Amino acid sequence: MIDATTLVSPISMGKPVAMRETWGQCLVDLAHRYSDLLVLDGDLANSTRADIFAAAYPDRFLEMGIAEQNMIGIAAGLATVGYVPWISTFAAFLAKRALDQIRVVVAQPGLNVKLCGSYSGILTGKTGKTHQAVQDLAVFRSMPGVVTIAPADAVELRGAMDAMMEMTEPVYLRLTRDPSPTIFPPDHRFQLGRAVLLREGRDVGLIGTGVQTLRVLEAAELLATEGVDAAVLHLPTLKPLDLHAIIQLADRTGGIVTAEDYSVIGGLGSAVAETLAEHRPTPMRRVGWQDVYGESGPNDALLEKYGLTPGHVAAAAHELLQSPG
Amino acid sequence: MTMRAERKIAFPSDEGRRSIPELTALSAEARRLIVRYVHRAGAGHLGGPLSAADLLISLYFDVLRIDPSQPDWPQRDRFILSKGHSSIGLYAVLAMRGFFPVEELDTFDQIDSRLQGHPDMTKLPGLDMSTGSLGQGLSPGVGMALGAQLRNLPFRTWVMLGDGEIQEGQIWEAAFTAARYELDNLIAILDFNGLPQFGWPQAGGFTRNRPIDDPAAKFSAFGWHVVECDGHDHKSIRAAFDEAMTHRGQPTLVLAHTVKGKGVSFMEGDFNWHAKVPTDAELQQALAELNATVSHPNPEA
Repeated sequence: MIDATTLVSPISMGKPVAMRETWGQCLVDLAHRYSDLLVLDGDLANSTRADIFAAAYPDRFLEMGIAEQNMIGIAAGLATVGYVPWISTFAAFLAKRALDQIRVVVAQPGLNVKLCGSYSGILTGKTGKTHQAVQDLAVFRSMPGVVTIAPADAVELRGAMDAMMEMTEPVYLRLTRDPSPTIFPPDHRFQLGRAVLLREGRDVGLIGTGVQTLRVLEAAELLATEGVDAAVLHLPTLKPLDLHAIIQLADRTGGIVTAEDYSVIGGLGSAVAETLAEHRPTPMRRVGWQDVYGESGPNDALLEKYGLTPGHVAAAAHELLQSPG
Repeated sequence: MTMRAERKIAFPSDEGRRSIPELTALSAEARRLIVRYVHRAGAGHLGGPLSAADLLISLYFDVLRIDPSQPDWPQRDRFILSKGHSSIGLYAVLAMRGFFPVEELDTFDQIDSRLQGHPDMTKLPGLDMSTGSLGQGLSPGVGMALGAQLRNLPFRTWVMLGDGEIQEGQIWEAAFTAARYELDNLIAILDFNGLPQFGWPQAGGFTRNRPIDDPAAKFSAFGWHVVECDGHDHKSIRAAFDEAMTHRGQPTLVLAHTVKGKGVSFMEGDFNWHAKVPTDAELQQALAELNATVSHPNPEA
């Protein structure tokens, strides 16, 4: 079998960039090229940074107020007359408050609405349990017809947004609030449904998605200093899933650790476990929230308490390697 | 507002419009198809489709600018059946209007049918939105009307609401937004038959008759123009629809007073017929009554 997974060497981690700002700027850039692009906001534009778009294109920015269910329905109606609405709200509200609306008027009819969930994961600016998105990936992975993307950095986000405008399917785009380093070179090309190999290794395969992939790369560095040669695979697309890349990584390493800023239920860990159980049973560990609700607090404390640091990923790899099988 | 431009929306001229007796006869035909095909499918709803039949006939044979040979015509008027469980009523009228052969009603609710229990826009040309989960139809209607404003397209968007589903909060989110964007190209029709599936307890008993109190006052308070009509009298419906189409600066609610199960004596006002299938004998009695109504098109007029 030919190894089709691209190996991209991460650049040294540069100045942190807030993904939400890239998102707002990229919407402006896309709007130059696509006259049908609209942005619908749930009264959070200065948080999601849709305000960058609103300043550039006031006539294509539609305020919907604090009414997410209605916002999704309106987006569906706009899509039927040829517009491409991009939704601006928090992942927690999008995925759950408006879940039935997304199912009934967007996903099943296959309408071209771009569902952007900002402030995903646990780092939501000290807002806590209501604002942390703990079910969004399970929701969208299990919804037929919805592409699910979680970029790792600003470069990949731009590529993903370009790809989203080229698609006519509904897409869920998982975004984060706080600045994080850039790992992809400026010419990196995002490919829908394709994993990216960020590091070769023989002892264990680490798989990350979204910005958690940055912590997975740090974990691989940690493991290297401890004599463990870890491969790192990044999955920017959870649906469609790159089964081939996951199976190949399992074949090469014999042990897999997944890590995500998300629950261990229903997200990356589940997707990988489902894939391997069916195609290549492989010992694995899942790093993520352990089926709990979050809380408010400083970022470092949250990552530590909820088990998401590079150290937690490295510890899971050690535990896997030391277990009898 | 910069997005608002003067739109010229055609108004149906009296010339060429069907007469009231013609519309009444078409309504009776729609009701015959509804009871016949629910009986044949052994499934579906009756009370709601029968209460909505005159309104649907008026839409598809009197006011909507549509072309059954071009169901995707970009400038067509849009219609959303938010109370999606009345699908057989819409299918009967679409078939009568020529969107598909009447015989296809045979497939209603069957496997692989384009005529799903609840409307599926991906399957049947002529459906402008998929519905079925109640309370969701008005928001896409707001989106279509807003899209028409942005694109300066001269079509109207019509949404039929059930009186039970306006208990859903999303209806009021949509109502608020439609008024906020001054969508006078949006018209909602409330099929106010006052008979939901189960109802509410109240002091001294239990009632199905108050799904929502005073919807006219509620929609007015949300910034809508409200016009009331007798939803079974084509003269009254036409007057209300014509007023809705000429009103400017606000969306309009046509509050149509209707009777659940209208047209079949033993179904009228009986909640049991919300989703009950008639026996062979009941079907024959229903058809006999509906045949008789044609010669008395407008008994209350």
